[in-house]
Amino acid sequence: MDMQVAKKKLGLKERYAVMTRGLDWTPSYQKMEDIYPYIAYEGIKIHDWDKWEDPFRLTMDAYWKYQAEKERKLYAIIDAFNQNNGHLDVTDARYINTVKLFISGISPLEYVAHRGFAHAGRAFPGPGPRVACLMQSLDEIRHAQTQVHAISNYNKYYNGMHDFHHMHDRVWFLSVPKSFFDDAITSGPFEFMVSIGFSFEYVLTNLLFVPFVSGAAYNGDMGTMTFGFSAQSDEARHMTLGLEVIKFILEQDPANVPIVQRWIDKWTWRGYRVLTLVAMMMDYMLPKRTMSWKEAWEVYFEENGGALFKDLARYGIKMPKCAEQIALEKDHLSHQAWRTFYNYAAAANFHTWMPDEDEMAWLSAKYPESFDKHYRPRYEFWREQAVKGNRFYNKTLPMLCQTCQIPMLFTEPGDPTKICYREVDYKGDKYHFCSDHCKAIFEHEPEKYVQAWLPVHQIYQGNCFPEGTDPTVEGFDALGAVLKYYNLEHGRDNLDFDISEDKKNFAEWRGQATKNI
Amino acid sequence: MAVVAISKYDFAPADTRDKFHGAQLLYIGWEDHLLFCAPFCFPFPPTMRFGDVVAGPMKAAFGYHPDFARIDWAKVEWLKSGKPFAPDFDKSLADNGLGHKDVIRFRTPGLTGIKGSCS
Repeated sequence: MDMQVAKKKLGLKERYAVMTRGLDWTPSYQKMEDIYPYIAYEGIKIHDWDKWEDPFRLTMDAYWKYQAEKERKLYAIIDAFNQNNGHLDVTDARYINTVKLFISGISPLEYVAHRGFAHAGRAFPGPGPRVACLMQSLDEIRHAQTQVHAISNYNKYYNGMHDFHHMHDRVWFLSVPKSFFDDAITSGPFEFMVSIGFSFEYVLTNLLFVPFVSGAAYNGDMGTMTFGFSAQSDEARHMTLGLEVIKFILEQDPANVPIVQRWIDKWTWRGYRVLTLVAMMMDYMLPKRTMSWKEAWEVYFEENGGALFKDLARYGIKMPKCAEQIALEKDHLSHQAWRTFYNYAAAANFHTWMPDEDEMAWLSAKYPESFDKHYRPRYEFWREQAVKGNRFYNKTLPMLCQTCQIPMLFTEPGDPTKICYREVDYKGDKYHFCSDHCKAIFEHEPEKYVQAWLPVHQIYQGNCFPEGTDPTVEGFDALGAVLKYYNLEHGRDNLDFDISEDKKNFAEWRGQATKNI
Repeated sequence: MAVVAISKYDFAPADTRDKFHGAQLLYIGWEDHLLFCAPFCFPFPPTMRFGDVVAGPMKAAFGYHPDFARIDWAKVEWLKSGKPFAPDFDKSLADNGLGHKDVIRFRTPGLTGIKGSCS
């Protein structure tokens, strides 16, 4: 189609004004509150939307141009990786379990983020943040797509990834990341921006993307590394959106400060709990480690996040109180998470294993205060039992936290030998929590969290069996029925890595590349 | 506090007792035995005898641990919601005052896990 091209090019600032502010208008025959029904109820006061400027001044035409360029490069590398059987160049087939974790736990969140930013963008009366949210919404759906495309290559050869979206909505531990985002998108638009745009993207995303992507690079996974880099260049813009929006909200009215502080406290904690999965990936699942979870937390949260909160202090925003408890947990988090997945390896969509002697030495060096004293004895016991053919598979369902939905695996702050129990009576029912922070989140909005879809309770209610299952028949195999509901094949997608098809096939295929057979 | 919303916000809780087909939930944790990553969640009829819970489901759930066979049940210390509790093994859960989603913990003096590590 021939298009009329303007003779004189507009400057960046003018162009941005035309492509954003120029799209906005003041309604004359509808009331503003009818068009933007979500804008007032959270209590946030905005006096002048025009005060918000996109620091990137990104317009839709520029967006298409940049992203198309990136897509071309990304898909060229993914194709090369696939055609060269790149999946056999990873350090060890154990690594592929991190990819399973990513595709079922993280990629569906990218899609929900896409929906969330589209909704937040629609809800804001200001054209600046509205357009910026639209761009982020597009980024997020692109991330979901590129991740699915990159990881589909692994799905051709390895188990557990064949129905990741179905699993995301059903498999027990995936209710943790799912509930995190479901909580965010069912909040108001301002809380969504603080939860995902700020707390997750700005404060915590480095702890997700940097270890995952550098972990992929260290372990020879070019496909994952490439989609990670492609996404990371968008993340910089997302982080800026989150930070600039929060500063804008804080500058608009002092009454906004306590509301925003509560959201920051809540979402830093909720995000940190989701990162439990990343902690165990870093310390246990990467055959070649990049850095320990504890080191990552110190660099990306304590140092970088500390500087950020110093910067926000001038608005009256303080470091979330939960940081004190997180500092106490950093010596324990990954070990407590890994032992949980080791326990429940029969019901997960990836394999687990016990670290070998070298890996235990690494853990001991990285965690001199905690590993040998608290975790090594149980690992050695489990290893001995496995050698005797008595590998531990925990078949009794765990008690879950009502807020974060994680099994009650966390210990008392400062005492790693005692499980942390908290409970609340609300309208005649009891609710249980893994921590003071999860309890406080519940107490602020109990009506929201009493509806939590807790996998264990849902199984006991009979809601997690395939349609037509009769759990009352004699000899009913509950675990088998639940795995069918998850669409996991028992003995193939689950259980210990040592007896897995993945391990066997990887060794055979790699052997074919290096031996005359 | 209460949730803020654009209109009336009134939804039924997901896990009330009526949804468990006659059972009620009981959570049980074994102190100093973190080989089991978290306390367990069990569905039991309220008429179930406490001693049968110990001999049946608890043995099945905790029996993997070498300490379990060494427990002297007369010396076990029980907690309900963190407070001392003295269950009567011959009475039912309901008669022991255990309701839906109650949490109990048991401590086994002298038994502190693999090599005393609380594992």
